Amino acid sequence: MITGRTLLIIPAYNEEGAIASVVREVRETLPDLPILVIDDCSTDSTIDQARMAGARILQVPFHLGLGGCVQAGYRLAHEFGYDQVVRIDGDGQHDPRDIPRLLDTLARTGCEMVIGVRSKESGGLQTHLIRRIGIHFFRLILRPILGRSPSDPTSGFVAVNRRALEVFGRSFPLEYPEIETLVVLQRRRFRFEEVPCRMRRRMAGRSTITALKSVYYVIHVLLGVFVNILRFDGRPRKGPA
Amino acid sequence: MERLLDALAILSLALLVIVLRSLRREHIRVEHSVSWLAASVALLALSRSRALLERFSAWLGLHDASVALIAIILVVFLGVFYRYSRIVSGLKDMNITLTQRVAILEHKLQRQHEEAQDKP
Repeated sequence: MITGRTLLIIPAYNEEGAIASVVREVRETLPDLPILVIDDCSTDSTIDQARMAGARILQVPFHLGLGGCVQAGYRLAHEFGYDQVVRIDGDGQHDPRDIPRLLDTLARTGCEMVIGVRSKESGGLQTHLIRRIGIHFFRLILRPILGRSPSDPTSGFVAVNRRALEVFGRSFPLEYPEIETLVVLQRRRFRFEEVPCRMRRRMAGRSTITALKSVYYVIHVLLGVFVNILRFDGRPRKGPA
Repeated sequence: MERLLDALAILSLALLVIVLRSLRREHIRVEHSVSWLAASVALLALSRSRALLERFSAWLGLHDASVALIAIILVVFLGVFYRYSRIVSGLKDMNITLTQRVAILEHKLQRQHEEAQDKP
C-alpha cells in the first residue's frame, strides 16, 4: 500500500534495451505510482522507449553521471512536494513488487532511507564473486563509521523520505553515490533500514563498471568516504549541510 | 648555474608573452591570468637576482643554488595548479547545479504545455 505523495525515479543512460520493460512492469504492478525516467544524455533511443512506455522524462542537457542524475530527481521531487521517492535501476535488476515493502518500512520505522538489499533468504539472483568481495570490503570499512554493517552498501534500490530529499538536494555524491550516501546520512544522525529483496539479472546491456573501472570505483569511493568523515565536525546535524 | 638562470629568464618571458597574447585574443579571462602573470614575473625577477637566490638556498640549507631554484619553480607551479583545481571544481559544481535547474525547468514547462493542451 502506497500512502502519501510518492515518486519513482529511474536514472538511465543508454538503457534502450530494458527501460520500456522496466517502466511497463512498474505500471502494471503499481498503476498509481508516477514514474520519472532521468535520462543522462543517452545516445540511443532510451527517451523514446521510456516515453512510449508511459514514463515522464527529465532530460539533463549533458552527461552528469549517476549521482548527478539521481540528485536532479531528488531536487525535482522536493520542489514538486513529494513526500517520498523510490529509486530503481533502469536495467531491470529490481523487482517493482518489492517497492511497497520498502515504503512500508520507511513509514513504519520513521527512518530517512530504506535500502532494498540482495539476500539469500529472499531468493533471486545472487551477485558474482568480485562484487561480493567488494561488498564485504566496504562493509568492513563502513562498520566503524556507521556503527553497524550494511548488508549491501552498493544497492541502488532505495526509498527516501522528505527529510532525506532536502539533504540530498543540497549534498549528494556525484559518482557511485550509494556508499557515500550512507556516510552523508550518518553525518546528520539520519537512520537507514534494510529490506531483503529479489535481485534479477540485467534485462539488457552491460554494467558500466568494468574490471579497470572497479579499481577506480574502490579508490573513488574510499576517498569520498574519507572526505565525508573529514567534513564531519562532530556535531549532530538534522538539517541540510 | 648562469645558463640555468638564463634559461629560466627566457622561459619566464615566453610564459609572460603567451599569457598576454592569450589575454589580447580573449582566450583566457583577466581574472584567470593573474596567477600565471604573477608566476612568470616572480620567476623572471628570481632569474635576474642571483644574490637573492643564493641567500634563499643558504636559508634552506642547500649548497647548490640550482636545486633551490628548481624547488621554487616547483612550488610556484604547484600553487598555480592548486588554484586552478579549486576554480575548476567550483565551476563543475556550478555547472551541475545549472544543468539540473535547466532540466527541472524544462520538465515544468513541458508539464504546463501538456496541461494547457488538455484543457478544453
